[in-house]
Amino acid sequence: MFAFLFFLGFVLVYALAAIYVERKVSAWIQDRLGPVETGWAGSLQTLADVLKLLQKEDILPAAADRALFLAAPVVIFVAVLAGFALVPLNAAVQGSATATGVFALLALVSVDVLGLLMAGWGSNNKYSLYGALRSVAQIVSYEVPLGLSVVCVTLVAGSLNLQEISYQQGLWNSEPQYLFGLRFLGVEVGQLGGFFTWNIVRAPVLLPAFVIYFIATLAECNRAPFDLPEAESELVAGYQTEYSGMRWALMMLAEYGLMLLVSLVAVVLFFGGWNSPLPNLGPLRLAEWTTGAPGTWLGHLAGAGWLLGKALLLVLLQMWVRWTYPRLRIDQLMTLCWKYLTPFGLVGLLLAASWRLLM
Amino acid sequence: MTHEIEQFGQLLLFLVGSIAFVLVTLGVARLLSPHRPNPEKNAAYECGEDPAGSSWGQFNPRFYVVALIFMLFEAELLFLFPWSVVFAGKMPGEPAFLWRWHSGVSMLLFVALLAIGLAFVWVKGYLDWVKPALPAAQKQPSLGNNPHLEAYLNYRPPVANRPQTDETPLTNLN
Repeated sequence: MFAFLFFLGFVLVYALAAIYVERKVSAWIQDRLGPVETGWAGSLQTLADVLKLLQKEDILPAAADRALFLAAPVVIFVAVLAGFALVPLNAAVQGSATATGVFALLALVSVDVLGLLMAGWGSNNKYSLYGALRSVAQIVSYEVPLGLSVVCVTLVAGSLNLQEISYQQGLWNSEPQYLFGLRFLGVEVGQLGGFFTWNIVRAPVLLPAFVIYFIATLAECNRAPFDLPEAESELVAGYQTEYSGMRWALMMLAEYGLMLLVSLVAVVLFFGGWNSPLPNLGPLRLAEWTTGAPGTWLGHLAGAGWLLGKALLLVLLQMWVRWTYPRLRIDQLMTLCWKYLTPFGLVGLLLAASWRLLM
Repeated sequence: MTHEIEQFGQLLLFLVGSIAFVLVTLGVARLLSPHRPNPEKNAAYECGEDPAGSSWGQFNPRFYVVALIFMLFEAELLFLFPWSVVFAGKMPGEPAFLWRWHSGVSMLLFVALLAIGLAFVWVKGYLDWVKPALPAAQKQPSLGNNPHLEAYLNYRPPVANRPQTDETPLTNLN
């Protein structure tokens, strides 16, 4: 229950902050000012927007399929928020510790596609339909390299549960840890902790897997440079065109929530989850001091802090990418997915499996 | 086993909780927002023009091809996930070394089979969103032996001071 309430509250606060930060970051990149009027340096702008959206009429187009149109934002939002159940917040708190873990998470997030299709088809609007079709084609295509990069990690970890994967990447691991995961080097790093035990260092072959994961999740979130489904210059707002008021706000919230969710999963899979990046150096027990034992107050707070901090950095990276790269054409999008990411993902799988045999 | 069911119960809590949150939010919005529909407002948005027909029609079949290729690889992933967990572990009744070879090689064959499938659609050009252009000779549809159509396509209106250019007729009739 605590995990649910925490994640719900955090997603709401984070979305308010992230939309403001995104507007400020884009303004800074494009040499503009961004929001300046509401609150100090425009910091209350998103809150004011939400209050405005609450009072906006919920328009139901006459030609729309009523049930599909009204249910679509609910499906999209619920699919994304339910995904947070599988993410371990710190060493003690995880919504659902099922053994299927990350696989269940991918399955839940895939339901999002259904919501997009419902929104696009239900709107009975050409822009919406084209946006939804593009979006579904894009998301299902990029699910393949995404899944392959996740399999690379579960191969190295030998588990699907994200909490178990987090425990493997820190001090509280009973198994002996070797530098780069290589037993024959004989360098024991289990007591060093910190970034030495992160998956990305434990198995350096996961670095290309992370690059594939990051690109694929950009496409999954419909973020630029893969924002064709809602390309405003050609499709108005894609599948969101007919939505207004709070129903539209829910879709926006789901989009930002998905950005956070994929970043959290990236942190757990590649960057140590809730483990501190600082290693123990001789008498300086930095890893112990900054991670805390599981179950203690320090363990709760520091763990959640590291996890969310690292994830928010990745979200910032997504924003930076959005305002740096131009939008892809649909043929380039499909080429990148099927001719580059998927074959490289298969090669990555082979490399990860070989590395696992050395560990 | 009960542990697993309990954990899925937690997942259900997230689903039910988020549905409740959405319903409460939409309920509050309904209380605060006006409800004044009119035909103009409820028309489908087409950049200010009156909407032309329904959008529930045919769409590009290339989307089906993408869906088909996706199905192929999603089935692959379905088998890869459980395999990735047991691959480096131990199988009761089988030496660890032998199990790794056994599971590794069998999955390698499976993935290779699907990689061949990918190579097949790649070579066939189903991964190209824009179909490669046909050679010029094939491009023109055959008009058959229709003198009326030929006359129509080659027809130039009589203009008094029409500049004499050597422009080609509209269609190149072989």
